[in-house]
Amino acid sequence: MIPAYLVLLIPLVGILFFALAGKKVDTGKLNIRFNAVCLVATIWLAINVLNDGTLLSAGRGLLIDSFNVYLIVLTAFVGLTTSIFSASYMMHEKELGRLTEKRLKLYYSMYQGFMLAMYLVLTTNNMGVMWVAMEGATLATVLLVSLYRTPESIEAAWKYFILCGVGIAQALFGTILLYYAAAQIGNGENALLWSVLFENAKQLNPEILEIAFVFMLIGYGTKIGLVPLHNWLPDAHSEGPTPMSAVLSGLLLNDALYAVVRNKMLVDGASHNEMAGHLMMGFGLLSFLVAAFFLHRQKDIKRLFSYSSIEHMGMMTFAFGIGSPLATFAALLHMTVHSLTKSAIFVTVGHAAQLAGSQSMDKIRGLIKTQPRIGWGLLMGTIAIAGFPPFGVFTSEFLVLLATMHSYPWLTPLLLLGIGIAFAGLFRHVQPMVYGEKPEGQVTVKANLWPVIIHLALVLWLGLTIPGFLANWFSQATTLIAGSAPL
Amino acid sequence: MNIEQQDFYTQAILSLAALVGLTSFLMLGQGRLLRLIFVFALQGSLLTLTTTLAGYSLNNPHLYISAVLTLMLKVIFIPWMLRREVIQMNAQRDIESTKNKSLLMMGGAGLMVFSYYVLHPIVQTTSPVMLNALAVSLSVVLLGMLLMITHRQAVAHVVGFMSIENGLFFAAIVATNGMPMVVELGVAFDVLVAAVLFGIFFLHIRSSIDSLDVDRLNRLKEVDK
Repeated sequence: MIPAYLVLLIPLVGILFFALAGKKVDTGKLNIRFNAVCLVATIWLAINVLNDGTLLSAGRGLLIDSFNVYLIVLTAFVGLTTSIFSASYMMHEKELGRLTEKRLKLYYSMYQGFMLAMYLVLTTNNMGVMWVAMEGATLATVLLVSLYRTPESIEAAWKYFILCGVGIAQALFGTILLYYAAAQIGNGENALLWSVLFENAKQLNPEILEIAFVFMLIGYGTKIGLVPLHNWLPDAHSEGPTPMSAVLSGLLLNDALYAVVRNKMLVDGASHNEMAGHLMMGFGLLSFLVAAFFLHRQKDIKRLFSYSSIEHMGMMTFAFGIGSPLATFAALLHMTVHSLTKSAIFVTVGHAAQLAGSQSMDKIRGLIKTQPRIGWGLLMGTIAIAGFPPFGVFTSEFLVLLATMHSYPWLTPLLLLGIGIAFAGLFRHVQPMVYGEKPEGQVTVKANLWPVIIHLALVLWLGLTIPGFLANWFSQATTLIAGSAPL
Repeated sequence: MNIEQQDFYTQAILSLAALVGLTSFLMLGQGRLLRLIFVFALQGSLLTLTTTLAGYSLNNPHLYISAVLTLMLKVIFIPWMLRREVIQMNAQRDIESTKNKSLLMMGGAGLMVFSYYVLHPIVQTTSPVMLNALAVSLSVVLLGMLLMITHRQAVAHVVGFMSIENGLFFAAIVATNGMPMVVELGVAFDVLVAAVLFGIFFLHIRSSIDSLDVDRLNRLKEVDK
């Protein structure tokens, strides 16, 4: 269990370190180091899980099983690559005079705070602590959204704060109801531990749990960005610094979905109707379709890709809602590839916006002519996220389609329609940005595109073949969630 | 089941639930910010009382810690902070004209009925007392949202936000005698950080739009202007 504690301890030290650090510290580089050490700890943790199976800490406070272990490694990995990007990005912003040294320190301190909240959501075994950590993630990022202190960014941050705060309060009500149901069968202080709840799920009162799930879905669903609770998401993504958009899209949304799925497993155990699944399918499909249409009318490049995140989160929620082993497997894979691809895209988007000096898509032109690596990176990322073979997103979307055809064939046309519309929406905007003549006076910027290359290579790899240990975790997690193995 | 047949603790909890619900309605109809903050502090003190009472009658010492936390946060710190903000903004005499006050009140009453309706399945497994307590908490949550929808001042939004927390806290105390200690401390920490962040935001909003009227935060729109 040592690595699990380390994973939580390192970002905690990071928060304090950056908050108290002096002026001469190279904050960007140190942030990379903190995240790198964390990645090493998570890999150590993953090896432990690989050898020994599910881990439960001494006080049963932490639970690492096949469902969350790969998400923890993914979180650390995206955290590291984004921190590599953010070092050069933030340096550039500081040179432009948009940030002061003090705000940079706040940024790095809160970056670590956000990472801590994410690790805590994933590792904790206590549903109450999970809520606290989720709210903590909002609190850590809200000041980052308003980091530039422009009127727009303050408005976006206020909206984010209020909507997510009120939204997640619903999840707390759900957690209280869950505790109330759990307290009826005893276990006292341990009643909120997920492992205990899952063991005794059959005895929990199904009526109370169903009501609780509705509140949980609304609460955590606000964070996933499910329509119609998604309003904060494009604003927060477009106004905050780009590395923040990358981790919000790549990590926060995933973790909120993770929380919903953990709760769904409890409800499914207690009641044997498919209420929870149907609710998730409905919300997921609605988000998927609405976001696909909204892609067409965006003007800001970061808003464009944040709607694409809503679309993909909708699809995952839908797939988890179907609940068949194949759909669950597909959703787990989609969580991984979406998070890798989307954070890679935000990295290139950040560079592209710095290149053009604007986030408005009308002003971003001729990327390939100006700086081929950024242009190709954006194009490749978009191809991957739109679901072209051989990238991993294609595999997972294809599996979702297959599972839908098995379980709810009449919904397949809607999914296909959504994928088509989203594809058109992305490319009508991306094509003029990457191709075409470069505007006069556009010069290259210092860009580190290694994160993008590594992410896209991984997505490609996952599209061609899934490594054995990962497939093994996916199918174990599927067995845990859906009741039987996918194949 | 009549209320006289219940033991003293249950009777007291039911009356406190009614009072907490009443304070929510009072806040909903309140146009003056300082009075709004006062009623919010009142709701906080009712919660403190409930927690202390629950701690005493169930002989559960950790509830005393919760009671102290509530007293410090919801009765002293947050109202103090908001009051200072209002006085600095010189907004204590502003009356917020909520249109259609009677309709608003009826909407609030409707939300309360809705809460009872939503939680009715619970009655099969527990006492009607629990239903009352939980339904009142849920309606405090919903009334807090309604307060945020109908008021334009950022201060009123914070009061609404915090009264949602109050509703949740009441549910936790009455239904389950408080959450596990670690969760409760975590929630209190989150509320504290949120309150501090709200303070920072007031500063930013004021310097950006020179007022705390959040209706004027309207630059980010999906539809082109």
